[in-house]
Amino acid sequence: MRRSTIFGPGLASLALAAAIVPAAAQEAIDVTLGVLNDRSGTYADLSGEGSVVAARMAVEDFDAEGKGMNVEIVSADHQNKPDIGSNVARQWYDQDGVDVILDVPTSSVALAVADITADANKVFINSGAGSTELTRGQCRPTTVHWTYDTAALAKGTGSAITEAGGDTWFFLTADYAFGHSLEENTAEVVEEAGGQVMGEVRHPFPARDFSSYLLQAQGSGAKVIGLANAGGDTVNAIKQASEFGITQSGQQLAALLMFITDVHALGAETAQGLQLTEAFYWDQDDATRDWSARFEEMHGAKPTMVQAGVYSGVMKYLAAVEALGSAEDGEAVVAEMKAEPFDDPLFGEGYVRADGRVIHDMYLFEVKSPDESESEWDLYTQNAVIAGEEAWLPMLEECDFSQEAG
Amino acid sequence: MFELLGITPQVLMGQLLLGLINGSFYAVLSLGLAVIFGLLNIINFTHGAQYMLGAFVAWMLGAYLGVGYWWALLAAPIVVGASGLVLERLALSKLYHLDHLYGLLLTFGVALILQGIFRDAYGISGQPYQIPDLLAGGHNLGFMFLPNYRAWVVVASVIVCFATWFAIEKTRLGAYLRAATENPTLVGAFGINVPRMIMLTYAFGVGLAGFAGVLAAPIYSVNPNMGADLIIVVFAVVVIGGMGSILGAIVTGYGLGLVEGLTRVFYPEASSVVIFVIMAIVLMLKPEGLFGRSA
Repeated sequence: MRRSTIFGPGLASLALAAAIVPAAAQEAIDVTLGVLNDRSGTYADLSGEGSVVAARMAVEDFDAEGKGMNVEIVSADHQNKPDIGSNVARQWYDQDGVDVILDVPTSSVALAVADITADANKVFINSGAGSTELTRGQCRPTTVHWTYDTAALAKGTGSAITEAGGDTWFFLTADYAFGHSLEENTAEVVEEAGGQVMGEVRHPFPARDFSSYLLQAQGSGAKVIGLANAGGDTVNAIKQASEFGITQSGQQLAALLMFITDVHALGAETAQGLQLTEAFYWDQDDATRDWSARFEEMHGAKPTMVQAGVYSGVMKYLAAVEALGSAEDGEAVVAEMKAEPFDDPLFGEGYVRADGRVIHDMYLFEVKSPDESESEWDLYTQNAVIAGEEAWLPMLEECDFSQEAG
Repeated sequence: MFELLGITPQVLMGQLLLGLINGSFYAVLSLGLAVIFGLLNIINFTHGAQYMLGAFVAWMLGAYLGVGYWWALLAAPIVVGASGLVLERLALSKLYHLDHLYGLLLTFGVALILQGIFRDAYGISGQPYQIPDLLAGGHNLGFMFLPNYRAWVVVASVIVCFATWFAIEKTRLGAYLRAATENPTLVGAFGINVPRMIMLTYAFGVGLAGFAGVLAAPIYSVNPNMGADLIIVVFAVVVIGGMGSILGAIVTGYGLGLVEGLTRVFYPEASSVVIFVIMAIVLMLKPEGLFGRSA
């Protein structure tokens, strides 16, 4: 685990100071942010250290020090394993005084952390995971799901492709919570739009060779092969689909979750023409361009929507803590975050819904061809905006936490 | 019969062929491990990282020096083998008189360091490496579209495996090697430089990993974790074949590729565990492995 102190002294010395001068300690609000994500595996580029950089930028931009807050950031690698993620989360809450856990890609880990957070009455602001369960079946009053979810991805990419004539689908699905969720949501959208699902194959996560699954997809005769996976799996599947002549023979690939780092790794040559849904792209307006330029200077790559979500989540969280004057009661902090809508420099206008789902616009992008792309990261053209509520599933009644919290 | 299984012969043929292609990687990698274990008694956990190193060296040669695939296929294994030479001289050679476990821990540590360095320098998303022009495209075999490059992978691996087996089991040099493993003092007394021979053997085994890495570069993403994902499976292959058995490593490498390929058709969820299930069964029934000599 790495530990970096941004402002003020470390926890130990703080505790000491509090023991000596109790009155002085009450004036400053101590907040510890824990960035828990994949730092070494397949999702390390889309979350990883970049998310820590984003959190650090948020603490600086919020001017926490000027507002009398002592903010410390800790980070750890959950290796995409629920048991490791749970252990870190427990240790952070029980022993290290962490007040909020951020990011947490990989839905299976995120669902475990959501429970632990609720038990500890702390705050969980998820940016990296996609499962809709976070604000549905396993919704908690202490969870905020910031950036995207599988239903929003399905809505964007699934309906756009089905309506454009790709009405028979075969799914290549990563065999864990996220993949299942994404497949299910997309299948619903496809069928709603009059399409048909011909079958699916569930591959282990992470997988290396996709040729066998791709051949099965080819044999199904479906017009569209939906890739319900992410990160390196999606990149490998797309690469190998082109190698086995699948796209050339007329079948279309739909990458249901792809991040700009994946498109960058594939290169415009291989990825051109792919349609994908994202919540954020660095080149949308002056605010996103400025922020992304600063981010790139520190991190060496353009931000993904996950990293942008960590930034905006921290901004909103610190504002709520400042309003309450304390980070102690997690449920109260989340209720405060839900109280007012926001106008965010990266995600535009939006609000945190009573179930913890953050409502903001989603965008359907298309990957540029190498001729259109003017620079290394100039990769998307925007095809459509899926505005506000339309992008997300409606709230479940049992997940409406507004009464209890109010 | 095929209808009963819910699968057409065409699909089955296609999947068997794909299994054979994957088996090619298992065979070359487990062969390297078997050579190193059989002749040095070192459990080389750096093997996966050395495979990754092979792919990265090929990529670097192309990206920084403009060296193409074919030269890389020759140069990368030599570079990786040379790095193995250094590792053997500076570290491994100090451990021969100790328990296997020390060698295992050392090589495992080196693997983590190598992966960490590359992860830090190049990130995790991977680097693109193009299929050489000569092998681009593919042929329609009727039951499937076979990319030329994948066919080349099978051919190249068969040639390398056969040549290695022949050199160790059928030549005078191989006889020296095997004798040196049995009784280094006696072989040394005949005027043969045993430490140098062992050093070169390790470099050769490592070079095989580098070779597999170059073969893999155009089809899998060239990333720091590519070997870590694979090495555990390859170890299972070696255990099933019989630790240290050259022929066993080759035959089980291809065979398990086929088994895994079939699992992907009938029950894809199990494809990542099937090899370990077989390993457990083999260890229960024949602990020395399918081709191993009982100690």
